[in-house]
Amino acid sequence: MLRSLWTLIRRDVSLIVMRRQDVLTVVAFFILVITLFPLSIGPEPDKLRTLAPGGVWVAAALASLISLDRLFADDWRDGTLEQVALSPQPLAVAALAKVAAHWFSLGLPLVVLSPALGYSLGLEGAELLVLALSLLLGTPVLSLLGAVGAALTLGVRAGGALMALLILPLYAPVLILGAGAVSEAMFDSAYTAHLSLLGAMLAVAVPLVPVAIAGALRIALD
Amino acid sequence: MTARSIPWLKFTAPPNFYVLAERLTPWLWGVAALFLVAGLYVGFFVAPPDYQQGNSYRIMFIHVPAAWMGMFLYLLMALYGAIFLIWRIKMADVMARAIAPTGALMTFLSLWTGALWGAPTWGTYWVWDARLTSTLILLFLFLGYIALHAASDDREKGGRAASLLAIIGAVNVPIIYFSVEWWYNLHQGVSVMRADGPSMAPSMLAALLLMTVAFWVYSAAIVLRRAQSETLSREARKEWAQQAACGRLTRDTRERAVAQAQQENAVSESGGQA
Repeated sequence: MLRSLWTLIRRDVSLIVMRRQDVLTVVAFFILVITLFPLSIGPEPDKLRTLAPGGVWVAAALASLISLDRLFADDWRDGTLEQVALSPQPLAVAALAKVAAHWFSLGLPLVVLSPALGYSLGLEGAELLVLALSLLLGTPVLSLLGAVGAALTLGVRAGGALMALLILPLYAPVLILGAGAVSEAMFDSAYTAHLSLLGAMLAVAVPLVPVAIAGALRIALD
Repeated sequence: MTARSIPWLKFTAPPNFYVLAERLTPWLWGVAALFLVAGLYVGFFVAPPDYQQGNSYRIMFIHVPAAWMGMFLYLLMALYGAIFLIWRIKMADVMARAIAPTGALMTFLSLWTGALWGAPTWGTYWVWDARLTSTLILLFLFLGYIALHAASDDREKGGRAASLLAIIGAVNVPIIYFSVEWWYNLHQGVSVMRADGPSMAPSMLAALLLMTVAFWVYSAAIVLRRAQSETLSREARKEWAQQAACGRLTRDTRERAVAQAQQENAVSESGGQA
């Protein structure tokens, strides 16, 4: 099972790497959304600094949302998904592999970039570390939840906008905790509670959400 | 086929459900109207003014039942969704689908009346308080359910996808309920379900409970009505539905339709397992 998991991850990562522009598009989108904050609010460092945790987190959530839009669509259209579903491995494992590959190639770059963008909005020192840590724990949860939406909207009219309606409400708790951790760090108070809760969410989501994804995929494949 | 002998499964057959709803809804409408009148009377004329908020608190008699109903209906919808996904009982999907608009309406009402209540007491129509925000999210969960159900061309498929979404979203409802204690700020604390008894005048509590019953029974009535018309539109080609739409459904036709539906179910079940 682990070997098929690994093979699927390698296949998906190499597929994404072959189409590098997808990664670049998502990263550019992430940076652009953050650029919109100073442009719309004004360049005063104090204002930007208070908005920074939420700003980076909102940008990350939106980037995750748009990148997940087509997570299963191509495999579904060319029949790969059906083959994977017919294989003896549980579909949930395959779903987890796809999400993991997606996160490694599209989520991780955002985490790596986030300190630089946080710095540009006026965060400094330990806050940047907390920002990156919170994203490291939080974006996999976003990817998992978003994958449910991507699976549910397979083969449905107006998939993209519908997916945002379905998934953004579910993103809320992660966003609250993630941005909360950075805000706590800005006031030098205990941010570890937020990070622990994020970690707990991740620990709960990794085994459970793939089952929901598999269920949604089966509905689409029926 | 032993499961078919359990009485409540009788109403999973659309014609039986239709007749049951037909019999129940007039009573439900009557009871709802009765409790509504009683609740409004006690709420407006018997309950004393609040010592801090004066008369403005009286919107609570609509606000609180609507908020409770919104959450309750979401859980009920998710429960029906689960029944539909697990046992493939089509009527469960009809019920879940029928609950969604009423649930969305109740959630919207609780937000709306909350805004009207907030203006005189907090001095603002809207704050980003944890409870308000999560109720808003609940409204979007309802809207997402309705949109996903409607987006699929295949009603069965759309129903299953939407049911799964409802179950996932149900995780959010406890967060709403406990958010008062988790991120306590502007929203007033719990005042009904407390260990040391309710912290309000008995007549206020009476009005609140009367209104809750009224909302509850109203929801049941409107949901059954909507489920009825949904059943008719799903079974529009069948003889019993055409008779029922004209109000002339005979016992004979109904029993024949039930027998036929059970036969079809048996065939599709054995076909599904092969």
